[in-house]
Amino acid sequence: MLTMFFWAFVVGGLICVIGQILMDVFKLTPAHTLTILVVTGAILDGLGLYEPLIDFAGAGATIPITSFGNSLVHGAMQEAEKHGIVGVLTGMFEVTSAGISAAIVFGFIGALLFRPKG
Amino acid sequence: MANEKRKNLTPVQQEYHLFEKERETKRPIVRNCARAFLVGGIICTIGQAISYFYMYFFDFTEQTAGNPTVATMVFLSMILTGLGVYDRIAQFAGAGSAVPVTGFGNAVISAAIEHRTEGFVLGVGSNMFKLAGSVILFGTFAAFVIALIKTIAIQWGGL
Amino acid sequence: MLKGHRTWVFANKPVIVATAAVGGPFEANGRLADDFDFLHEDLWLGEDSYEKAHRVLFEEAAFQAMEKAGLEKEKVQFLIAGDLINQMTPTSFAARTLGAPYLGVFGACSTSMEGLALSAFITNYGGADYILTGASSHNTAVEKQFRYPTEYGGQKPPTAQWTVTGAGVAIVSPKGDGPRVTAATIGRVVDMGMTDPFNMGGAMAPAAVDTIEAHLRDMQIDASHYDLIVTGDLGRIGRQVSLDLLRQHGIDIDEERYQDCGLLIYRDGQPVLSGASGAACSAVVIYGHLLKRMRRGELKRILAVATGALLSPLSFQQNETIPCIAHAVAIEYGGEA
Repeated sequence: MLTMFFWAFVVGGLICVIGQILMDVFKLTPAHTLTILVVTGAILDGLGLYEPLIDFAGAGATIPITSFGNSLVHGAMQEAEKHGIVGVLTGMFEVTSAGISAAIVFGFIGALLFRPKG
Repeated sequence: MANEKRKNLTPVQQEYHLFEKERETKRPIVRNCARAFLVGGIICTIGQAISYFYMYFFDFTEQTAGNPTVATMVFLSMILTGLGVYDRIAQFAGAGSAVPVTGFGNAVISAAIEHRTEGFVLGVGSNMFKLAGSVILFGTFAAFVIALIKTIAIQWGGL
Repeated sequence: MLKGHRTWVFANKPVIVATAAVGGPFEANGRLADDFDFLHEDLWLGEDSYEKAHRVLFEEAAFQAMEKAGLEKEKVQFLIAGDLINQMTPTSFAARTLGAPYLGVFGACSTSMEGLALSAFITNYGGADYILTGASSHNTAVEKQFRYPTEYGGQKPPTAQWTVTGAGVAIVSPKGDGPRVTAATIGRVVDMGMTDPFNMGGAMAPAAVDTIEAHLRDMQIDASHYDLIVTGDLGRIGRQVSLDLLRQHGIDIDEERYQDCGLLIYRDGQPVLSGASGAACSAVVIYGHLLKRMRRGELKRILAVATGALLSPLSFQQNETIPCIAHAVAIEYGGEA
């Protein structure tokens, strides 16, 4: 369990460093950086490389935004195995729904509760 | 991209760019990376702890614990954003707080809070995804293309 | 009277009879806190949106200046002012409250001196007895429009600047007692192809240099004529770049006597990165701080050069470069004048 924490810290940290380099060295906006990372996550899963990383680093691979791309592909592939090509479209949000619905729900609750502090 | 832009500049502009660059405060890249590593690592470690929590106290497996973990992280992000703390952390952490899913939550929630003054429908509703929308769009489209290629390859490419 | 290419010399030397400056919580912790007429603890000013708070800033400054000048609201014949928000609603809505004939001017952060130059021109030629001019900005209202939601965690690079929350206002009249406006040089748009919206100082420096050079050339004077040449919001980087550019162009300028409003307003410990910016930056520092110093006799002649970056969030997203402008106004008090 302790080793899992260690690798979660290291791998998660390293993915963030990649993000920082994209922002500082290539002068990308945060939106561009995150977009690139998401697409990278999707590609890595397409190549079958992201699952091993999750097994290895746990939350270090599931918490960074790259895992969003990974789980989109994952959901699509799961459904595609059952229903063929149509499944690609219908299964996309199967796995990722938690992140997006949490963001929507909490976003709205946040807007009800808070106002910007500046 | 940067080179293409440079070609369109007049010699005077190019000369000025070099002149200005020399006097510009450089981004402290190494320090920023160290901070991103530290904060990003801590956020992922917290995520790991939360997923263990769901595995031991509820009947989630290693595979399914991801969903409640992500939701919890986004909830924490809402609290920190609402209290006006997340942007302070981010000025220190850079990508360390932007890349984890809490950063995605922050992008959605900060936009929702910010545009409340324009009403819930036109303000919160239409602006909520003004920052995070591109992540969803490109993530989804990339996943679509990749899954499609993979499915076709498996079905017709003969396993 | 036009002198040289683009400098107006005001023979009647219009007088700045009163000024007022209002600031927010961040300014209250700054170096110039004592020079503000009002400082607000609350960024919202008790309003329910930042834009409304922005309007209140300007209204308060305007009423305060009128009170100091001992003027009724009706005595102010024209209002020449502006801000950074889309379609300039805060200033226009404040003009609705004030009821004076109104000219909205936009010069981004150079609005303060654009307004002062025009006001001086009009009063110099008998166009008005009293003109109220000024500029305002509100940190979060501006952030919301130009950058990200204020609670969004985007890391700002060390070249970024902090938008001032505040309003600075002056009342200009052909007669009375106070610092006098002697000349003004109107800037042209200078675009050096800079594209980074988080490095405004670097983008605006050439515009400031262009206007200062033009002013000195038109007036046939050199930089030592002024006790102080003060730029609007170049920040740390912009000031250094412009200073070096001026020297490169053979203009001998004393570093001590070349200051920037964006560096004067805050303390060293405040997290403002490269310095302050915003339409209110030059307005509150010049009207609140520098004119007071002139009245105290510490400065006799100053050249105030307000700088502005004429970009919009849209133009940045469409990969346009950042065009910049600077307007210079020469102000005198006491001395042989």
